[in-house]
Amino acid sequence: MMQALESFNWMRIPYALLTVFIVFNFGFLMNATIQKIAARVGRRHGIPVWQNYVDLIKNYALRTSITHGVMFYLGPVFRLSGGIGLLLFVPIIYGSDMFSNFSFTGDLILALYFVFFGTLGMALGAAESGHPYSAIGITRGLSQMTAAELPFALAVYSVALQYQTLSITDIVAAQQGGVLHWTVFTNPLAVAAAMLSFLGSMMRPPFDVVLAPQEIPIGPPTEYHSSFLAMMQTNRALFPVAKMAVYTSLFFGGAASWPVFFLKVFLLYMWSAFVGVVFPRFRVEQSIRWFLIWAVPLGIISILLV
Amino acid sequence: MKEELLKRVVKTPDGQEIEVEPLLDYYCQEGPTVQPPAYTAIIEKLFNWARSESLWILGFGTGCGAIEMRPLMTPRFDAYRYGIQWRPTPRQSNLFVISGYLSVKTLKRVIRSYEQMQGPKYVVGLGSCTINGGMYWDSYNTIKRLDDYLPVDVYIAGCMPRPEALLAGFEELKKIIRAGKAEGANKYAENFEWYKANQKSVIHDWDMPDYNW
Repeated sequence: MMQALESFNWMRIPYALLTVFIVFNFGFLMNATIQKIAARVGRRHGIPVWQNYVDLIKNYALRTSITHGVMFYLGPVFRLSGGIGLLLFVPIIYGSDMFSNFSFTGDLILALYFVFFGTLGMALGAAESGHPYSAIGITRGLSQMTAAELPFALAVYSVALQYQTLSITDIVAAQQGGVLHWTVFTNPLAVAAAMLSFLGSMMRPPFDVVLAPQEIPIGPPTEYHSSFLAMMQTNRALFPVAKMAVYTSLFFGGAASWPVFFLKVFLLYMWSAFVGVVFPRFRVEQSIRWFLIWAVPLGIISILLV
Repeated sequence: MKEELLKRVVKTPDGQEIEVEPLLDYYCQEGPTVQPPAYTAIIEKLFNWARSESLWILGFGTGCGAIEMRPLMTPRFDAYRYGIQWRPTPRQSNLFVISGYLSVKTLKRVIRSYEQMQGPKYVVGLGSCTINGGMYWDSYNTIKRLDDYLPVDVYIAGCMPRPEALLAGFEELKKIIRAGKAEGANKYAENFEWYKANQKSVIHDWDMPDYNW
């Protein structure tokens, strides 16, 4: 224990905070850009790029807030720790001592766990608010999330089998040496399954029935307001980027510097945005069926082939 | 008062008899309190700017004027450019647009929704009906002056005002918020008795707590 403490490089902590800061700002600006792009498709101008920051300040600045109990408090905390945890335990920049943060040899399994962690915390918190819309939202959210995570998990196992390792850093290392070494070319079926699952987890159409304001009003966060909501907004900036960092590392050769990272993450996000503006919304049972029919078999085949 | 809200004795599945008083048991009876701007002037100024640039409207159309809000979401007027967005739940909204005439039945729902919003919160009266009853001035079933029931920040006159007028009204509201004068929630808390008396004088089937948290 003492030895571990002595050998721990304390400079990692400020760098980890710096990572969170960079990703937070990048996530906020990128979310707004994507919203603007989606608005332009609808021939609107859309929100200003700084709008999300203003909303965040506004929500922290509200003078009143009410609670429904302990889990109601902890819901957004769990959600945010899911996002930050995922971000800090995967290597963001490959080969960089500073921005590998707290990644270790088995981090792939931990990443899989963190992807689901926030949703579970949210479910507990929103359930305590006692609002029927929250309950329905959670039921829909968890069923759709489970169906969407299945192909992703299969793809991750396929990739882990392919490279015989559970360390994200090792998987990135195995993909170096040219674009054709990326998993997307060496194991295309796994990547296809994961990319279909990706659509389901980004909360954009056609899979946004859970959070859509026009459906049961806004789903699980119906009762969340002021600083509770602000924490969840913060997570909406961090979590997608962290998740896309995992995708970049596993399937697209990782990123060796911040600009490459930003570009790859943005292009990944654009994939869900493109699909989102073209296709209308699925109902929950439709989306589950869609994942089971189109994405899960791809994942199974990819494991069999490996 | 509805029957299910009356005090009564119920039998639990294991045979116990317990007394239930829904209004007291299920709702908080506390009234609203005045919330002072607790920060130094410069921070309060920043907050007021943020509040003015991020107006979240409760998506609740109370009368025919709601039809004028739809074009604001679509390409022609696109209010999102000005930091105006619609939220589906009162918990997350700050701005209540009373769109047109308000029947007594709707007033009850409006009060419940308004009280569930988190402060500071703003009310915009849209159309002449909210000012003096408008074309419903002699109706038996609509309220005439919105100001008697809720603290209104801005009125937008007209029957109906066009979406441009709404945008102008929102810009006016932003100026009021930035000047720190949009304290409707505090005004409501200060004059709570007066507002409740007015509300109860028109709503005869009052079957909810005095303040809906």
